[in-house]
Amino acid sequence: MKHTLSLLWLLALFLAGCAPAATPIAAPMQPPATEEPDLVPAAVPPTDTPEPEPRTLNVFAAASLIDAFTEIGKNFEAANPGVTVAFNFAGSQALRTQIEEGAPADVFASANAKEMDTLVSGSHVDAAAPTPFLKNKLVVILPADNPAGIEDLEGLAAFGVKLVLAAENVPVGNYARQSLDLMNGQFGTGFKDEVLANVVSNEDNVKQIVTKVQLGEADAGIVYTSDAVAAPELQTIEISDELNVIATYPIAPLVNSENADLAQSFVNYVLSAEGQAVLAKWGFAAPQ
Amino acid sequence: MKPSTRDRRLTWIFILPSVILFSLFAIPFFALFERSIDSDFFVNALSEQALKALRLSLISSTITTLATILFGTPFAYILARWRFRSKSWLELMIDLPIVLPPSVAGLALLIAFGRRGMFGSLLGSLGITLPFTTTAVVLAQMFVAAPLYIRSARIGFTEIDKQLEEAAQVEGANQWQLFKEVMFPLAGRALISGAILTWTRALGEFGATILFAGNLEGVTQTMPMAIYLGFERNIGIALALSVLLVVVSALLLGLTRKLEQNDNHRN
Repeated sequence: MKHTLSLLWLLALFLAGCAPAATPIAAPMQPPATEEPDLVPAAVPPTDTPEPEPRTLNVFAAASLIDAFTEIGKNFEAANPGVTVAFNFAGSQALRTQIEEGAPADVFASANAKEMDTLVSGSHVDAAAPTPFLKNKLVVILPADNPAGIEDLEGLAAFGVKLVLAAENVPVGNYARQSLDLMNGQFGTGFKDEVLANVVSNEDNVKQIVTKVQLGEADAGIVYTSDAVAAPELQTIEISDELNVIATYPIAPLVNSENADLAQSFVNYVLSAEGQAVLAKWGFAAPQ
Repeated sequence: MKPSTRDRRLTWIFILPSVILFSLFAIPFFALFERSIDSDFFVNALSEQALKALRLSLISSTITTLATILFGTPFAYILARWRFRSKSWLELMIDLPIVLPPSVAGLALLIAFGRRGMFGSLLGSLGITLPFTTTAVVLAQMFVAAPLYIRSARIGFTEIDKQLEEAAQVEGANQWQLFKEVMFPLAGRALISGAILTWTRALGEFGATILFAGNLEGVTQTMPMAIYLGFERNIGIALALSVLLVVVSALLLGLTRKLEQNDNHRN
């Protein structure tokens, strides 16, 4: 009998714990907010409040931003005591889908305008909010020992080269195909098809291309110049500006952010001279 | 023993938790069907990408299953009937992929059989490269799915009456005859249900494949891969393929259960 009773208690406790979960999940990582009126001034780091309320800012950022944004996140945390920046790095198209499906994001940094525009038309982002914050362009990377002996861009079309791109719906995969279109003009109309025939895998984000080339599984990959900066051991083949595609990355806070003030100050920080210096260090160019 | 009225009232202690847990399974399946069965279902299920993925999945998982039977049956037989040192250690290693995250399997395969891998560089000197090929898909599937067959076959072989084996030996059967005429037929159902489990698992393999084999339509893009990528690109295809996988897996699982039940009746 005693056992039954304690079991009952356990069950009751379990059910009680379950009940609130039936309502939509509000803010998972946060203690119950005591709606204090100091929410707005919190955008400026408060110097007079001794114990800032711990808060988490969820930043969804394109995979190419891993190194730069991790550093920016640390700086932002240092400047805003009590704030933790949690990153979700993936292909921009994957992040866009996650946001559409209700993932709790505060800031979205996309590697192309397309994914951002989709979120604007889905009312996840204010139409006026997206701000270009950097420019990036493409480069060919090769393993350090260049196993396929690729000397120039035309070498990408050589028979038997194992080329890894990103899938067409991943921003960098789309840019690479645009660039190949441009190369058709210079190297002959069949060039793009020959190169695409060498593709052995269409990866889900740019960093997976880098890894496959670093491991020597692929003979070549087309990535952003910033990725080549982050992997200095790799060989590179530059793509001249007239054959290159310049990617402009937009950033914006999300309409449904629970930390709208903090989200905006993170965006401001990325756009500030300090944030831009970090981006430049990782091989990104300024938006203008 | 008849439960008293008082006791019967307590049956909800068992029912309620069961219902809660069951809904964890039932609700997602229902949602999947509810959202995907619409006018576009057949358009998506019959799209070129879906068909290519379906075809590749069926071919690769069938090859995986056949190869597993070919190599796994003797192996399971050894594990079941022979006695030798470090056998339990061997069994542990064979069972490990069942519980291991497939991503670990994929990484390990890449490190071993990749172009720069321990064994892969040797293959490379023979002109064979595995990553990004359909062979890599099959190897990844075998790595995660073959243990299920070996396990089932091993149990099947173990359960065979020792006296039958002895009788056959008295009759003068050699090792191969004993296996072919006695053990193989008697373990038949265990082998078949193991093979079906392996086939189902191979059909669903994703984590090891994406790391080891990459993603290329018609070459390495299996159904689970197309579902993962479809999630970002065309959720209709992802949903249609998911429903197909659920249905096929359910049918196969039902078949194994039927075999197991018949097996129990017979004993």
